[in-house]
Amino acid sequence: MSGVNTGSRGAISAEDLSMSETREVMLDIQGLEVHFETRRGIARAVNDVDLQLYKGERFGLVGESGSGKTTMILALLRMIKTPGFIAGGRAVFDDGTDLLRLSPEEVRENRLRRVAMVPQGAMNSLNPVMRIGQQITLTMREHGEEGTKVEFQDRVAQLLDQVGLKPEVAQLYPHELSGGMKQRACIAQAISLSPRLILADEPTSALDVVVQRQIMQTLRQLQLQLDATVLLVGHDMGLMAQFAERVGIMYGGKLVEVGAVADVFRNPQHPYTQLLISSIPSFERRGTFKGIPGVGLSLLDSPTGCLFHPRCPQAMERCSRDEPGLTQLGPGQHVSCLLYEKDESHATSA
Amino acid sequence: MPPLLEAQHVRKVYKGGGGLLGADTTQTVAVDDFTLAIDGDTPSFTTIAGESGSGKTTIARMLLGMQPPTAGTVRYRGMDIGSMTKEQRRTFRQDVQAIFQDPFEVYNPFYKIDHILTTPIEKFGLASSAQQAAEQIDEALRTVGLRPEETLGRYPHQLSGGQRQRITIARALLLKPKLIIADEPVSMVDASLRATILANLHKLYTDFGISFIYITHDLTTAYQVSDKIVVLYHGTVAEAGTVEQVIKDPKHPYTRELIHSIPVPDPGNAWIEGAIEEKDTEVTEAVIGGCRYAPRCAHADERCGQMPPLYRLEDGRVASCVLYDKQEALADGDLTRIIGTTHKQSE
Repeated sequence: MSGVNTGSRGAISAEDLSMSETREVMLDIQGLEVHFETRRGIARAVNDVDLQLYKGERFGLVGESGSGKTTMILALLRMIKTPGFIAGGRAVFDDGTDLLRLSPEEVRENRLRRVAMVPQGAMNSLNPVMRIGQQITLTMREHGEEGTKVEFQDRVAQLLDQVGLKPEVAQLYPHELSGGMKQRACIAQAISLSPRLILADEPTSALDVVVQRQIMQTLRQLQLQLDATVLLVGHDMGLMAQFAERVGIMYGGKLVEVGAVADVFRNPQHPYTQLLISSIPSFERRGTFKGIPGVGLSLLDSPTGCLFHPRCPQAMERCSRDEPGLTQLGPGQHVSCLLYEKDESHATSA
Repeated sequence: MPPLLEAQHVRKVYKGGGGLLGADTTQTVAVDDFTLAIDGDTPSFTTIAGESGSGKTTIARMLLGMQPPTAGTVRYRGMDIGSMTKEQRRTFRQDVQAIFQDPFEVYNPFYKIDHILTTPIEKFGLASSAQQAAEQIDEALRTVGLRPEETLGRYPHQLSGGQRQRITIARALLLKPKLIIADEPVSMVDASLRATILANLHKLYTDFGISFIYITHDLTTAYQVSDKIVVLYHGTVAEAGTVEQVIKDPKHPYTRELIHSIPVPDPGNAWIEGAIEEKDTEVTEAVIGGCRYAPRCAHADERCGQMPPLYRLEDGRVASCVLYDKQEALADGDLTRIIGTTHKQSE
């Protein structure tokens, strides 16, 4: 295969530099580790993840349940609860702030101003006994915003307008809103302090497709207006293909492939990504069902070597022994698979 | 011979619920006049599709006898399922099986998987010996791609969502039903296993001649597995026909909007381009007795104040929209003529 570059992990190649000329790195995640302590041992929910998010981009993080995608964004929000803990790594903003080393007080100051979250179930994240306007005002006040009642009313009206809601919605209670309107209200709250990074965890999974499209269009418009970066987490490949500019594929807590959305969907390189893409039901093929063989990974009983090797149709002998690093294949495309790594570092005599 | 299962002009009205935005609606028409028969001899694979509030699950529950219709009747082999004898109910429960979204919500977590599979064999006297029962279980598990030695002896919590759903399919298979009504069977299953489960269901149709009613909001999987499709909108049938007709070339304005809203897994589409506007798609106050979709519809005019019948288009499908009022209306709204005459795919 031409163009295969066996750059060692973490090394910056010429292509990487050319990418960074066009796009500024906003958040640099290195070696992120999130572990969960269980009676049966330590589960590595996020396993040595390196990821750079560019300023103003839409990045999609794809994975099945248990792949660590949600845990990863909870780590960035510093919302990992015991028995889970951040076991290592850093997540450094372009101004030098490391999200993983903030004090509890700094975490609070950072939320909404720097990092905001659009939740999965809008229904469960709004206070049922508080009017929408009050909730947004309270949130802003709690994060240190000051002003008069009228000033806040104006800001709330403006935020509601930004997400396509009428100002009257401020007077309503959550139960008076439809699912789509609730999700819009949550987005209004999330953008209230103009965050630089918006984390969205399957924000439309509870909504109908027609509403889903409107919400995602809204999120994109806001992202452009704020020049914010959106990290969208989910398993809906159609949604990822349409929303994201770059995607990352997670398996068993590891990032196995990263690339531009068109490259990953049209020319996937990791065997898992290839199977995942070919398992997507489409309007092209009827009556053909291609699943991924084998069973999902247990984090407590992980295989040695590459985590995917027991299910991988292209597994080689050394896949059960050697752990693959991230190999750069082309500009901005990285894959963690031994198929693309020369067997130099590991003596063949092993 | 009467059909295996038929819904005749069924209607379901829920009383007392407050509407969205606090509107004082005293009743909600969940399903309005639905007629469809499933033949017992010719297998068919039909999707009933719709978004939340479309009435698709209510139809499934009425067909399964879990909920009585407010008006109309559901008949099993000609008998009103509301007034069957105990013995008749028994055969009904064997002939018509259900697969739900998350079956393990209703199973006892303290029982092993084996219990889920042996109970129907005992209840319906399917095996004459313990060994025969074990063989049947073995075969059913293998048919859905599970290894018996890795499945039996375990508890529900020890299995993944995909494995659990395959066990309910294996359980349904043990009873050799004529019809399986599957309500969102893959919506809680991971993408990589979704295809496997759908392949299992499809195999029961093609290899075992079991008919399916597949209830879903997901038109992509509907297209994959089924031959015919009924698209519901707020309790009424918007469009029905073959999946090729309805999904590839939708005619009803609602079906069009629905299909164009699906994010296709092919980057570079204009799906995400669009202004921020709250289109009020969920809060629509249709004229009573009028087309339910009219408040959202770009084509709506004064004719939409009356519920349009299902017009039969040239290609044989039906659509309930005045855009097609030059066509003949489907007599009695009976969908059986449109989608009930499926013949097994010739392969």
